[in-house]
Amino acid sequence: MARRSLPVSTGDLTSASPPTEAEFQPLSRDRRSFLRKSVAMAGGALATGAAGISVAQAQALTVPETNKAMGRPIPANEYGMPSEFEAHVRRRRTDVLVNKQNFSDWSMTPLQHQHGIVTPNGVVFERHHAGVPDIDPAKHKLVIHGMVKKPLQYTMNDILRYPSVSRFHFLECSGNTLTDWVRNASTTVQQSHGLLSCAQWTGIPLSWLLDEAGLEEGAKWLLVEGADGSGHIRSIPIEKALDDALLVYGQNGEMLRPEQGYPLRALMPGWEGNTSVKWLRRIKVSDQPWHFRSETARYTDPLPGGKWRQFSMLMECKSVITRPSGGMNLPGPGLIEIQGFAWSGRGRITAVDVTLDGGRNWQEATLEEPVMDKCLTRFRLRWNWDGKPAKIASRAVDSTGYVQPTVQEIGAYRGLYPGFVQHHNGVFPWSVSANGEVKNAIA
Amino acid sequence: MRSLKLVTAVAAALALAACATQPTGTTSSLPAHPGVKYGKAMSDLDADAWNIDIRTSDGRGLPPGSGSVADGKRIYDQRCVACHGPDAKGGSVYGSMVGGFDTMKTDKRVLTPGSMYPYAPILFDYIRRAMPMDSPQSLKDNEVYALSAYILNLNGLVPANAVMDARSLAAVQMPNRNAFVVDDRPDTKAVRCMRDCIK
Ligand code: HEC
Repeated sequence: MARRSLPVSTGDLTSASPPTEAEFQPLSRDRRSFLRKSVAMAGGALATGAAGISVAQAQALTVPETNKAMGRPIPANEYGMPSEFEAHVRRRRTDVLVNKQNFSDWSMTPLQHQHGIVTPNGVVFERHHAGVPDIDPAKHKLVIHGMVKKPLQYTMNDILRYPSVSRFHFLECSGNTLTDWVRNASTTVQQSHGLLSCAQWTGIPLSWLLDEAGLEEGAKWLLVEGADGSGHIRSIPIEKALDDALLVYGQNGEMLRPEQGYPLRALMPGWEGNTSVKWLRRIKVSDQPWHFRSETARYTDPLPGGKWRQFSMLMECKSVITRPSGGMNLPGPGLIEIQGFAWSGRGRITAVDVTLDGGRNWQEATLEEPVMDKCLTRFRLRWNWDGKPAKIASRAVDSTGYVQPTVQEIGAYRGLYPGFVQHHNGVFPWSVSANGEVKNAIA
Repeated sequence: MRSLKLVTAVAAALALAACATQPTGTTSSLPAHPGVKYGKAMSDLDADAWNIDIRTSDGRGLPPGSGSVADGKRIYDQRCVACHGPDAKGGSVYGSMVGGFDTMKTDKRVLTPGSMYPYAPILFDYIRRAMPMDSPQSLKDNEVYALSAYILNLNGLVPANAVMDARSLAAVQMPNRNAFVVDDRPDTKAVRCMRDCIK
């Protein structure tokens, strides 16, 4: 039985159905005595022996086995992995919306287990359109052509020779939260918001290579194209390319993982994830966008009256409470630190407000440094839970003054319905019942 | 002489980069171009094998060649039917690729090439780069034209005797051609109410 150290049980995330009592079993022995009576009574497996004890009672200490033996020796070579007791912290393939194949598919980040603003590389979310290619960096090439004075070719060694730049930025899929516009479809925040990650990216400004190739007069757009089986491709306005776009090879201190575009990807800070084209092999400059399938049939937003909003690449200001969040159980009344993430594709987060009463009243949460441009920002609020049912949610404000809307406010401008609707940045409430169960309360 | 040239080049690069990195005045500013250049010159011909993008609004980039609806059906039944089903009505891994034009104002929008491609050359660009999913970039241009013709015919957009080439494919009128509008967000205007916000 795995041990957990958090005072909040996080449930198991294997299914889209509400967590069962069994999924809350993996609590350490000493945690059980903290459980409120009602929870202990409800969970058959837990209601053994000292059921009903509500006062914390520590046990006499014994010397643990680990003090009495040598640990594992240091191997000659190793890539270190998380503790075996953290095996529940996994990226998981989408299971609320299940695709019929797993090549053009996605997997989601366990945000409820993330400490701090950086997502560990092994759990950064994935969205591929034809699976993950394994590319030999010695053979990989990047080409820049089209409306440039000098078409150029680069090897990875060429790109690695430049001075480098490192930046922290979030990455969010335009489809994040799309299962939960009008239905409480997701159980956990991993399912509802897990197409979101944040990393320190290392590479070079895209503008450097464009300067080198020399933009021709009239150059307004460029395409970025991947070396994967889908040849994934997007049109990018030249302003973005010259502003903060990067070509990155590093992620959180190591080379990109294959599933993140190894050996080279575009990074369009603050824009929907699929514009940060992975396995980048080609950039072509032009005077117009191309209107690829990825810009009409996908990654567009339905509006009332049968229209579709196109090239809506910016990810607007959004936030979510990750603790407590769906599938967790509060151990009992008392101090709960509410924690969550806020981010905006337009700039910095300037404030996050939290409601405890379903949006009637709000109070400002504390933002934890560092607060960076187009980056996940941590917020915290100490909450003295009185044990009564509550509805909690967060609302972020960014440096442009934009205030995160509710789903109802978004619905006044766009066509929302169960289906494939992108760009859900709505306020996301969780309900807390008297027995401490936390549930999705979007609808 | 040599060093003077280099200095001028660096200064020019820096000046270029300085204006290049902040055209929209956002909060981020990236370091200036270091003045080194590691790209290798090539001709546009060297990129020929990779040069597969089509500007779909007018078909620029469509290659020579052609293909008929009948050929398209034959190829489809060999290479595509397993995943997309007979007559592209939906198969083991993907839903229908036919119809849905008039579902756009309903809350059950059916997304197909017919309903969601404002320009017919999107079919050519996408099939050539990404399909068949188990063997992308294996089709010849004539085959891609034929498959485009077949899928357009199944959508009722070209007749059964149609032949698609660079000119005819770009000329097909797609039903939702004018359905797409450019991003005009922010659309919402939420305010930061703190007290008694639910009336
Ligand atoms: C191995 C399964 C498989 C085969 C074989 C296959 N496809 Fe596909 N096809 C898919 C999947 C999956 C998608 C959706 C991909 C995505 O959206 O990322 C797709 C998408 C498409 C689309 C886009 C549909 C739309 O609504 O925009 C077209 C067009 C298409 N396929 C044509 C073809 C053609 C033509 C062939 C045969 C040459 C073919 N496919 C063979 C799996 C397959």
